[in-house]
Amino acid sequence: MTPPHEDPCAHCEEMMQPYLDHILSDEEMREAEAHLDACEWCRKRYRFEESLRVYVRQAINQPMPAELKVRLAALRIPLE
Amino acid sequence: MAEMAEAPSDATRIAAEARDRVRFEEDALALSDQVYSVARHLANSRDEAEDLVQETYSRAFRSWRSFQPGTNLRAWLLRILTNLNIDRGRRRQRAPQMQALEANDYFLYDTLASDDGATDEERVVERLSQDDIVSALSAVPHDFRDAIVLVDIGDFSYQDAAQILGIPIGTVMSRLHRGRRILKRGLAESVAEEEGT
Repeated sequence: MTPPHEDPCAHCEEMMQPYLDHILSDEEMREAEAHLDACEWCRKRYRFEESLRVYVRQAINQPMPAELKVRLAALRIPLE
Repeated sequence: MAEMAEAPSDATRIAAEARDRVRFEEDALALSDQVYSVARHLANSRDEAEDLVQETYSRAFRSWRSFQPGTNLRAWLLRILTNLNIDRGRRRQRAPQMQALEANDYFLYDTLASDDGATDEERVVERLSQDDIVSALSAVPHDFRDAIVLVDIGDFSYQDAAQILGIPIGTVMSRLHRGRRILKRGLAESVAEEEGT
């Protein structure tokens, strides 16, 4: 058992990135989830971070120009 | 005659190799959208990204024999791409030694949610425009941006990103952590600027 943290919300913040990256140990995961179940303040911020990651990925995803695709296909080495 | 049947003729071998190569090229081309998406954010402009992708494919097609079938082709292609990017000297923009301290991880949420008292986190995130995100990401120093682009956008594991960038896994993690904070600070600043105008 790890001792309780002086500021559980600050500790929860430290665990947010590794939690969302799924790299916490089982014990840390349980600890984070227990805190999130009880703390709406942190829960909102975790949810926001999760939405932000999806949102950034969608905003960043830019389709490749069709013409570049044609140029790439033309780089193929012709069969002899 | 039985011995001859076991040893593949030159023609059979050449045909088999041609088949492997065609399959390699098709598999590689099927990943081009993902390769471009990463290149677009590693390079500084659309033109640079297009050049980089073309050079990557040109090199990949020439050295296809060095790809080991069954391993991660996307990682293999992106390793070529990141090496080319480094070779081309596109890393002049170094992370400053003394970066201003990034705000904490909750700072962006607190900035966005404070004004309108919105409770739905998904609505809060919609206050950011696509332009805000693209420009905030491009302002993140290269070393940090590479980690974000590979892991958060390219969906690579820390391990793959470490291999692609040629840095230890712990460095990927710390750059990612810090890079995300720099990105969020940039986003908070862009919202503050929009509200100030």
